[in-house]
Amino acid sequence: MFINSYPSRSQFGLSFIFSQDWDPVKDKFGALAFIYGTIVSSIIALIISLPISLGVAIFLSEMAGKFLKTTVGFLVEILAAIPSIIFGFWGLFVLVPFMRNSVQPFLEKTLGFIPLFSGANIGTGMLTAGIILAIMITPIISAISRDVIKAIPKSQREAAYALGATRWEAIRMALLNAKSGILGATVLGFGRAVGETMAVTMVIGNRAQISAGLFDPAYSMASVIANEFAEASKTIHVSSLIEVGLLLFVVTFIINSLARILIYSATKKYDAK
Amino acid sequence: MMEEENKNNSEENIEDKFSISTENLSVYFNEKPAIKDINLKVRNKSVTAIIGPSGCGKSTYLRSLNMMHELTPTATVYGSIKINNIDIQEFGVINLRKKVGMVFQKPNPFPTLSIYDNVISGLVYTGRHYKKDLDEKVERCLTASGLWNEVKDRLKVSAMTLSGGQQQRLCIARTIAVNPDIILMDEPTSALDPISTTKIEELVYNLKKEYTIIIVTHNMQQAARVSDHTAFFYLGRLVEYSKTRTIFTNPKEKLTEEYVTGKFG
Ligand SMILES: Nc1ncnc2c1ncn2[C@@H]1O[C@H](COP(=O)(O)OP(=O)(O)OP(=O)(O)O)[C@@H](O)[C@H]1O
Ligand SMILES: [Mg+2]
Repeated sequence: MFINSYPSRSQFGLSFIFSQDWDPVKDKFGALAFIYGTIVSSIIALIISLPISLGVAIFLSEMAGKFLKTTVGFLVEILAAIPSIIFGFWGLFVLVPFMRNSVQPFLEKTLGFIPLFSGANIGTGMLTAGIILAIMITPIISAISRDVIKAIPKSQREAAYALGATRWEAIRMALLNAKSGILGATVLGFGRAVGETMAVTMVIGNRAQISAGLFDPAYSMASVIANEFAEASKTIHVSSLIEVGLLLFVVTFIINSLARILIYSATKKYDAK
Repeated sequence: MMEEENKNNSEENIEDKFSISTENLSVYFNEKPAIKDINLKVRNKSVTAIIGPSGCGKSTYLRSLNMMHELTPTATVYGSIKINNIDIQEFGVINLRKKVGMVFQKPNPFPTLSIYDNVISGLVYTGRHYKKDLDEKVERCLTASGLWNEVKDRLKVSAMTLSGGQQQRLCIARTIAVNPDIILMDEPTSALDPISTTKIEELVYNLKKEYTIIIVTHNMQQAARVSDHTAFFYLGRLVEYSKTRTIFTNPKEKLTEEYVTGKFG
């Protein structure tokens, strides 16, 4: 990848990352819009997914009875196993019309004074992509958070209860203990969102632009590669796409390593002494 | 060093000398009895040791005193437990656990909290506190647990930087910070080295001026060194309960004698 992206790296240099012009016809290639689209859609996904995932993880590890625990646990695992193209189809046929007809008009009416909640109301766009991603990463974050919370030894729980903690105080203590592991799970979910291709491609709108309005169509790094790679004929176009891929690879690699380290250290903590 | 003449021999039977008493206390796990019909009166401001072979129900007994079995769905508790003649059910589980502290076999400080925050971790559950009061409290509890001089310059570092023995003394500090009347200790030194063990034993000896202590131990010498009274459990039953000296020198039951002389266990 490093070698094959040479033509674009030598021609555009650093401006490849800082320019948002992407015009294969005029041979202008800048990846900023994709970087922006990837990161913002992933952040939206995290903001939506994190509270839900934490709730599910706490429910599964601390509260649910046996039946609910297996049922919800099963659902979470199923959700994690669904291929992303299915999410894409569901997004396109269910979520996009719903966003267009209900959610976005409503948000615009109530929160429209914030520039974020504006843009072309066509259903596809940044917010829709973020929501699809949120649904896709929630199983990952909740399953790992549940495992991290479960890995807290019984002795820690008992320590809190023995001091007169109520159930919620004991859960809060457990969350404090699981903090770095939950952070790891979050980063892992973020990494998954950043790398996600199919579902995002189908709902993000695929337009290389940077717009404050979350309803506006956008584009992500993975999507542009998926959409244009097969048709790209010019060397500079191909090598630019490869450079986008290289960027994506470096970013996800860093995010994933960070996540693994956090999760590993969180579950290892109690073995130290 | 820790032998104490028991000056109160003649007052043995006065009721308010007893802090905690159990009547016909039985605990079942999945319908199987772990302890049966334990009748025991623990004396106020003294150290009571519970000894007996592994699996005889020492921990089960201890954990019923602060309702720890509530965390185990398979456990059922029968019989009555009274503190100063009040049934523990009347305190409610949260207040009971503040009154009856517990120190565990393996030191279990909260790993994400500093030494300071560990000491006050139980107070956070009891409402608002002023920083100055907390500072004083931390110093007092760490002094009482013999840790102050070792940690006073690093109160804000993680509790996990302490040695095992120091961690256990931190757990004792954390327990007494809640102002309990009674402290339960389940083999508090079995995970520690001999020097740390000695320190904890000295601590137990000092703490009985203010607290009623019940200590489970596998170590017969330890029971002899720190306790005033000793209860010998065997197969879920209380076999003999008497002054520690009596248990070790002149027990009534043959079984007790065999156990304390190391013939089994
Ligand atoms: N949570 C539990 N579920 C089922 N059985 C249990 C549970 N806890 C204890 N028991 C059983 O109750 C009996 C008494 O156990 P307990 O832990 O009180 O013994 P102990 O005297 O403290 O032993 P040790 O000296 O090994 O700590 C044992 O037979 C044990 O298997
Ligand atoms: Mg035990």
